[in-house]
Amino acid sequence: MSGINSEIAFTYINTNRKLTAVAAMGILLGMAVYIFMNSMMAGFGKMSDDSIFKVSPHIRIFNEQKISQPIATDTHGLSLLVNPKIRNTQNTILNPNRLMDLLKRQKNVSIVTPQVSQNVFFNMGMSQLSVRAVGIVPIEAEQMFSISESMVEGKMENLKHNLNGIVIGSGISEKLSLKIGDNISVLSSKSVSRIFKVVGIFQLNNKKEDDSKAYINLMAAQQLLKENNAYITDINVNTTDAYQAKYIAPQLAALAGYKAEDWETANETLMAASKMRKIIITFVSTTILIIAGFGIYNILNMTVSQKINDIAILKAMGFEGRDVIRIFVTQALVIGMIGVVLGVLVALLMVNLLQKVYIGGDIGYFPIHFEPLKFVQGIVFGLVITFLAGFIPARKAAKVDPVSIFRK
Amino acid sequence: METALKTENIEKYFYDPVRFQVLHHVGFEVRKGEFLTMAGKSGCGKSTLLYILSTMDTDYSGKLYIDDQLATGKTLDELARIRNEKIGFVFQFHYLLQEFSCLKNVMIPALRLGKRSVEEIEHKAYQKLEMLGMKEQALKPANKLSGGQQQRVAIARALINDPLIIMGDEPTGNLDSKNTQIVFDIFQELARTNNQTIVAVTHDNDFAKKSDRTIEMLDGRIIN
Ligand SMILES: Nc1ncnc2c1ncn2[C@@H]1O[C@H](COP(=O)(O)OP(=O)(O)OP(=O)(O)O)[C@@H](O)[C@H]1O
Ligand SMILES: [Mg+2]
Repeated sequence: MSGINSEIAFTYINTNRKLTAVAAMGILLGMAVYIFMNSMMAGFGKMSDDSIFKVSPHIRIFNEQKISQPIATDTHGLSLLVNPKIRNTQNTILNPNRLMDLLKRQKNVSIVTPQVSQNVFFNMGMSQLSVRAVGIVPIEAEQMFSISESMVEGKMENLKHNLNGIVIGSGISEKLSLKIGDNISVLSSKSVSRIFKVVGIFQLNNKKEDDSKAYINLMAAQQLLKENNAYITDINVNTTDAYQAKYIAPQLAALAGYKAEDWETANETLMAASKMRKIIITFVSTTILIIAGFGIYNILNMTVSQKINDIAILKAMGFEGRDVIRIFVTQALVIGMIGVVLGVLVALLMVNLLQKVYIGGDIGYFPIHFEPLKFVQGIVFGLVITFLAGFIPARKAAKVDPVSIFRK
Repeated sequence: METALKTENIEKYFYDPVRFQVLHHVGFEVRKGEFLTMAGKSGCGKSTLLYILSTMDTDYSGKLYIDDQLATGKTLDELARIRNEKIGFVFQFHYLLQEFSCLKNVMIPALRLGKRSVEEIEHKAYQKLEMLGMKEQALKPANKLSGGQQQRVAIARALINDPLIIMGDEPTGNLDSKNTQIVFDIFQELARTNNQTIVAVTHDNDFAKKSDRTIEMLDGRIIN
């Protein structure tokens, strides 16, 4: 029973090869563009996320600076606290070692490392430069931010071995013409002055970072602030899956009793831009696939009109509405399948070729990725669209009244 | 006496371009194994009546029984099944699926019914084609045949499921006298030995006279 339906469908496909080819071509192009654009988007997304992970931990735990609050609540409409300010003593984390131990034991947490950030001045003869000095544990920070990958000179290793070592951004190195081995005088906000030795220069191709960031040892940072080794401003946490960070952050915040900010929140503007890009590409690629669907729809509509006599005969011989639907939907799905398979092949080819194109600079190779999910999505979506594009004309065919055709 | 087909008080109107009654009070009975012909001048409503009898046209009032079952009011799918199993139809103008071979055309109703294996059906289709002298052309595509040849293939197709009733709208309209005689003999044979029922519209007086009974129509009424 279904055998004869598909036999009829295949006969129509075979005797109308040109139409079949044109319709399949439409799906092929729609498919290829859909997968290609989405793979490209995934590639760009990954590139942009990777560059974020070079400077942001997945989750940053810190003591949010709050405006001082009066201890007693006012009952007479009078301000008890005049001119409230941020209290600096508040921005440290109490008992950081215990907290870090606790964090390390959480599941989904892969790296936990302390950090002390401060603004300092680099003094070099007449010139003075404001720099954000980040005190880190070199080995752990290296694991987290892969600083070595962006080192243009020197080695991360040397920071570990030299308490007075400093790794500076390439912009700072240019402005103060600092080279490896040069000494630089650093002045902290607590008026501590200390000489550091440049052991490395990094370049992230992120102007803000390159022009104003420097890594020093955690202990040196604490000493610049005249603090002991329990003084920690941030605890940086990496999770096993970066995209779960936004769900894990609130848990860690509750656990630690401090603010825990995930990287997506910390980089809101970048994320918003990437979201926009995602929306546009999804919209455009989906539209293209739908247009391809219209191609099949048109061609099937044409086939149905051409075959209206056949449909009337089949119905006269006892074919039911659903048999007629099956005949034309089968035809659409076969065309769709041909288009989808070839479209996937073309997409694979395009992704493969572009992956080998070297753009240079910060980007390196063209950022495009095989995203199996996007392929599956494209295939499912392509088949659903061909099904619909076939179903609508098929339903029309199923409703043909044979008598009205025979009377003509 | 068993009835193959019965109508009660069938009336049909066309509304386009003006309201116009094509069939008036049509009621008759055809018994199993009967070879019935219908005659009447052009435009008197023979085809219209035949479409109703074939269950394809459901837009009428009155009642239609096929094989003692009320067909009136059944769903389109139920009617399709009745047609597939019990009715073989030969159209006024030969209507074959043009892109299929003669053999496939004959086989399609049986493949749809699905009661026999493909080999059996093919064997049977060859038999029917042979009866009508079309065996040699079996593998030719339908669109490469003459009108008369197509009509004979259409007759073979109407016979493939051994239907209870074979309906024909001028089934021999395109045939020469020799082939008309062959078709007549086949119909008579089917009625006599297989107890199958034939309802055929014809303009051929000879053909009508030789049949078991002739119903004559005039302006949508049965007059005889
Ligand atoms: N779709 C329609 N709309 C309106 N009137 C119609 C329609 N089809 C047929 N008629 C009219 O109904 C009448 C009967 O037509 P029908 O085709 O049944 O005649 P017929 O007896 O088969 O004629 P013929 O011997 O020429 O085939 C005719 O007067 C015709 O004009
Ligand atoms: Mg007629």
